[in-house]
Amino acid sequence: MNVDVRPRPDRSTVSTGLLQVSGLTKRFGGLVAVKDMSFSIKPGEILGLIGPNGSGKSTVMKLIMGIERPNAGRVVIDGVDVAGWPSHRIARQGVGLVFQHSRPLHRQTVGENIKLALLPDALLKLFADPAVEGKARAIAERVGLGAVFDRRPATLPFADLRRLELAKAIARNPKVVLVDEPFAGLTAGEVAAFSKLIAGFREEGRAVLLVDHNVKSVAALVDRVLAMYLGEFVAEGSAEHVMANPTVRQVYLGAGSIETSARPELDQKPGPPLLEVKDVGVLYGKAQALQSVSIHVREGEFVSVVGLNGAGKTTLFNAISGLVPYSGSIVWGGDTLAGRTAGSIARGGIVQCPESRELFGTMSVRENLDLGGARLSNGDRTAKLDWLFELFPILKSRATQAAGKMSGGEQQMLAIARALMMQPKLLILDEPTLGLAPVILEQLSHALERLRNTTPITVLLGEQNVTFALPHADRVYVLEHARIIWEGDPARFASEAGKAYL
Amino acid sequence: MRGILGSRLFWGVLGLLLIAILLPLGVSGYILGVLIPAYYFAVFAMSWDLLFGFAGEVNFGPTFLVGLGAYGAGILDAETGWPIAVCVVFGTAMAIIGGVLLALPALRLSGPYFGLITLVAVLLLQQMVTVFAHWTGGEIGLTVPDVLSIDDNTNYYFALGFMAISGLILFGLSRSSAGLILQACGQDPVEAQALGFNVAKHKLAAFCVSAFFSGLAGALLVFYYGTASPGTVIDLAVGVQVIIAAVLGGRRTILGAILGAVFLVCAGEVLRPLGQLSTFVVSAFALVVILFVPAGFLGTLLHRRSEA
Repeated sequence: MNVDVRPRPDRSTVSTGLLQVSGLTKRFGGLVAVKDMSFSIKPGEILGLIGPNGSGKSTVMKLIMGIERPNAGRVVIDGVDVAGWPSHRIARQGVGLVFQHSRPLHRQTVGENIKLALLPDALLKLFADPAVEGKARAIAERVGLGAVFDRRPATLPFADLRRLELAKAIARNPKVVLVDEPFAGLTAGEVAAFSKLIAGFREEGRAVLLVDHNVKSVAALVDRVLAMYLGEFVAEGSAEHVMANPTVRQVYLGAGSIETSARPELDQKPGPPLLEVKDVGVLYGKAQALQSVSIHVREGEFVSVVGLNGAGKTTLFNAISGLVPYSGSIVWGGDTLAGRTAGSIARGGIVQCPESRELFGTMSVRENLDLGGARLSNGDRTAKLDWLFELFPILKSRATQAAGKMSGGEQQMLAIARALMMQPKLLILDEPTLGLAPVILEQLSHALERLRNTTPITVLLGEQNVTFALPHADRVYVLEHARIIWEGDPARFASEAGKAYL
Repeated sequence: MRGILGSRLFWGVLGLLLIAILLPLGVSGYILGVLIPAYYFAVFAMSWDLLFGFAGEVNFGPTFLVGLGAYGAGILDAETGWPIAVCVVFGTAMAIIGGVLLALPALRLSGPYFGLITLVAVLLLQQMVTVFAHWTGGEIGLTVPDVLSIDDNTNYYFALGFMAISGLILFGLSRSSAGLILQACGQDPVEAQALGFNVAKHKLAAFCVSAFFSGLAGALLVFYYGTASPGTVIDLAVGVQVIIAAVLGGRRTILGAILGAVFLVCAGEVLRPLGQLSTFVVSAFALVVILFVPAGFLGTLLHRRSEA
């Protein structure tokens, strides 16, 4: 990817930035998660940090907060370089983080949870200052928790739990506020209320960093947007400017024109589809992870479900595989899947290749594959192995290597190969491209193409990378905020659904 | 609602305490002899609950701390004959020092490794007792020349008072601001740090407090029994009993551990005629409670009331 042209922040911004990040780099083993990131946020400014899943944006946030230690670079908070400090000292220096997933103290009330955030880091502090009670109440009123001050978190709706997280961050009176996916799981009305609260930080002169998946979700709130991809800087500027950036468009919508090769005749076949998901809803505690989702897949079809991280793709697949409870119905080959265990569904021919790959890291490539084909006869297994080694030649040369020692791309190929050993009627691939470099994507894409062209296999692919999801798809669904918002021919995706996706 | 709950707990505790105070008037010395070690045992269990229930760390070796306190005090008394108070202070200090030396490296580890290290520490201590048998008395045990008192009532009231004061302090600590921070550190250390709390510092402090009360109770127990042996203060089985007592009583309640400890010791005594079978019956009962009423005795009581 070509990312050499980057605007240098001018000197005035640098000298007045409340948060200044420069040359920030983080490596996990051989993987460079964040590479030489630099930016600065002024008091009263809101910066949106966006990038698709695996782009390193969350890592940047953790590096600022000190949850991860950077390998190189500076994180300057109001003139003090805190890079490499432990998290609690960085917090005391004036950084607050609004977590996406909250774990409040369940035995304590909302008020006590807020009071906790107001306490000093002292061992011998047995009783809180009397002022703390008043302060906690004022903060609760401000974020809209005044009415539930004495209730326990477990009795609150999801949006109020997010408010509680916000309240705890406010209680620390931070100079720099980091917000992780501010609007995930919220309704339109709640988004408006949260936007107002976050905009309030601007008036108080705090520097705010919003971390989210795409520009659209934060565009109305931010002063500037910074886009990153694969750990590197891509573009910075106004929301419109970043949305118009060719690299950003390429990352989210694919290169200029994606060659598609839909086979619309497959969906015209008479009779019931192989898989029919009707009106399915899933609740995670209080968060709606899927809402009346209906999709169908016909025999031999290649169907892509496109959506950003958190849209609900994995939840949909887990519902189909019988891993999460759901409402609505899922019909497989004419029979309902309700009440069947995950094991029985997998034996029935629905094989999922999960996002996390779930390889046996200490076993060799060959052993992983043999486990996938454990129920095959010896002859079948050998034949299947030969076919897979032809499909993924790299696996043949690595047959004796431990799966955990291979690169991400090789592991993904092994995960797909192992799923294929189980002779699926329907292969579900959940984000196979997660965190992979473009060159690996191409190899994987070729393998899928061969798979589609040489076998009658039915595939359901979940992806946020459209460059990967569109070329082989016969039909595409777009999943956003737990709902299907578009269905159609992949060739029409960019013109009809692209705007909603960016 | 919290006020009522608090006061109900208060009246309940007061009532039980009154019964405990009046008990020597109506029961035999034999029953007091069962209750005295049960009260010390209750302090072990309360100290353990502070670590497990609040700091979120499972200490599989509560007897490491108890044993250090007991043997520290016992050996000093046997070797020098110094006053009991000095020996008890020495034993308690040993427990705290040993606890810190153990916790400093162990708290760096996450997940089950902390628990495993505490488990290994008990085995090490047990081996030390065998290796240095000429000081410790080895497997047979150590006889100390001094005892607290030979009067049952004095011993009883001393144990009761010690338990009540320890319980008051530990309970107060758990409900204080420091207890709130500790609970946050145990529940979500990443978020607790992001809120500016030094998680390692708070957990280490909790470990020190736990070591202080465990060691002190262990040292006092030696001067009640007049002996210290691995089977009474170090053995893993004793540690498991402490854990069961705390869990039976109710995690995160501190005072529940008293109910658990007294129940466990008394049940063991009542079922003594069953011989080996008594351990089985008590363990089976504990298993059933943990499986079906995981909140424990006091936890269930408080929970019911708070819902009502």
